[in-house]
Amino acid sequence: MGFSISEKARQRLEELKKRYPKPQSAVMSALYIVQEEHGHISDEAIDWISGEVGLKPVHVLELATFYTMYRRKPLGKYHVQVCRTLSCALCGAKKLMEKMQERYGIAPGQVSEDGMFSYEYVECLGSCGTAPMCEINDTYFENLTPEKFEELLVRIEKEQPDLSLSTIEGKLGEGLSGCPKSEVM
Amino acid sequence: MAKHKQILLKNIREEGQHLLEKAESRGAYKVIRKALEMDPLKIIDEVKNSGLRGRGGAGFPTGLKWSFVPRDTGKPVYLINNADESEPGTFKDRLLLENDPHLVIEGMLCAAWALQSEWSCIYIRGEYAYPYTRVQAAIDECYEKGYLGENIFGTNFTHHMVVHRGAGAYICGEETALLNSLEGKKGQPRLKPPFPAVAGYYACPTVINNVESLSNIPFIIENGGEAYKSIGVENSAGTKLVSASGHINKPGIYEIEMGYPLMDFIEDECGGVRDGHNLLAVIPGGSSVPVMRAEECKGVNLDYDSMKNAGSSLGCAGFMVMDDSTDVVEAVLNLSHFYSHESCGQCTPCREGGHWIEKIFRRIAEGNGMPGDLKLIESLCNQIGGHTICAFGDTMVLPYRSFIQKFEKEFKERISNVLKGVEHERVPMDFQSELVSIGSAH
Ligand SMILES: Cc1cc2nc3c(=O)[nH]c(=O)nc-3n(C[C@H](O)[C@H](O)[C@H](O)COP(=O)(O)O)c2cc1C
Ligand code: FES
Repeated sequence: MGFSISEKARQRLEELKKRYPKPQSAVMSALYIVQEEHGHISDEAIDWISGEVGLKPVHVLELATFYTMYRRKPLGKYHVQVCRTLSCALCGAKKLMEKMQERYGIAPGQVSEDGMFSYEYVECLGSCGTAPMCEINDTYFENLTPEKFEELLVRIEKEQPDLSLSTIEGKLGEGLSGCPKSEVM
Repeated sequence: MAKHKQILLKNIREEGQHLLEKAESRGAYKVIRKALEMDPLKIIDEVKNSGLRGRGGAGFPTGLKWSFVPRDTGKPVYLINNADESEPGTFKDRLLLENDPHLVIEGMLCAAWALQSEWSCIYIRGEYAYPYTRVQAAIDECYEKGYLGENIFGTNFTHHMVVHRGAGAYICGEETALLNSLEGKKGQPRLKPPFPAVAGYYACPTVINNVESLSNIPFIIENGGEAYKSIGVENSAGTKLVSASGHINKPGIYEIEMGYPLMDFIEDECGGVRDGHNLLAVIPGGSSVPVMRAEECKGVNLDYDSMKNAGSSLGCAGFMVMDDSTDVVEAVLNLSHFYSHESCGQCTPCREGGHWIEKIFRRIAEGNGMPGDLKLIESLCNQIGGHTICAFGDTMVLPYRSFIQKFEKEFKERISNVLKGVEHERVPMDFQSELVSIGSAH
């Protein structure tokens, strides 16, 4: 199967390559760009990126597996990452996990039947002061309780908001209406 | 508020501070104009005199680091702002990036002029999507206004700034792993020497500083090194952002003057531990420093020397508080999973040893501990610390050793209960399963 990517994505990568002393520095951006358009990084994508930035395919593959934010297989439309590290754990992150399991009947790494949700546990996301918290696609939700978390999931199911960062446009989705993107103490 | 001098958070709560116009109305980009009229070497001297030490964790004197950069190699000099902030318990850089990005950019510009660097990069952790958009927007505004690019502020100084997103690897906060990552490689640390100041990004002289370190520079240039030094205490000049989390009433980010008493910080700033509970322990510097029991915290101050004398470290001041409801065995198990998951896999002692230690802590927590387990962990720690390329291995053993040493009774009791057949009701804090990671398996 051939590999296709939008002209906009292609242009964006060209532009990014020029910002660095050497184009290979843009390989991480290239992986993000492809992931944004395709949802994950396929073998064909690896080959394409390799040609674009001038690195061997195996080298690009190595990066796609080393860095946890690149996905080699499709995830749910909403990928929920619950922080499990100490501060969140001290403040009750475990209850959030249980909600996830209870509501969608899936284990970490699995995708719900309708393709809408998947989740995983992640390490400290730099929101320890507003623990427990989770990141859904690219948006943080902080100061959660099991109840607030459930409300959040219900709203996402209904509103289907855009919670992703567009690597190509360079902007974060609009998010849930009325939800602060980040809180300052 | 206002009990402590505010250098970094002065404008953080102001409406629209992330926008150029608003930031400028509060004085942003005044200092860089002054700096551009100064001799670059004089700036380095001021930073040296200020006593500023790196806020990324190691506390290395910033001015001294800058003075190591050779000026006659004919190669470009690069400046990198380390915004990978992934140390558990730390979330201060995010606040600056999100709410006062122009302060960060101005600090970088001053540093760039001092180092005569024409290219700099903010390496920001991939998860910080929102801060990323804020910083990128701020940089775009600067380009439009001519504050970045060629002939900035009408001088003949040229400077370009790039934001580079990481992709979920803690180790990329280690400066040489960061450099490899930025060169399009796996984020695995390099052997030092050569130090980045001599051979860093693409083998060119490179300075890597933390976001908070760089954000202090405008104040130092505006008021002089002496003024900065007069804040804080000997060997620990200035203010420090403390990220406070865990079992306290008012978690958040506080800018304190160095040398402030630790217990006052918990009681006054953090509002004390949760009602009905007592303080059990504090991890004061981010997870990679030794834990302190409550009784050890008395009389200790939040500065480099005092923390060191108390047997711990200020690190990057990721201040995690645990009250007496905390199961210490579960707490250290939680951290051991972090380290075994985040090892980059390059050095055998760290990659293998980290996993073993997690497994042993897990069996102790699950009630299957064996009498020799604590000795076994100590022996593994000895084989990891000092035997790896980067400091990840050296620092991972600090919480392990200190937890076991300071809570020996709890660990031993848990193990001997197993032998006696006494059940311990587990309240797991580490709810990972073997399935956790979707993206990678390093
Ligand atoms: C495992 C490891 C992780 C690190 N993570 C970070 C980090 O997230 N942010 C940071 O600024 N420094 C981090 N550092 C320290 C950097 O290597 C480096 O010392 C620092 O960025 C230098 O800046 P400074 O002198 O301004 O502190 C880390 C070091 C190690 C060993
Ligand atoms: S421990 Fe969860 S965000 Fe830091």
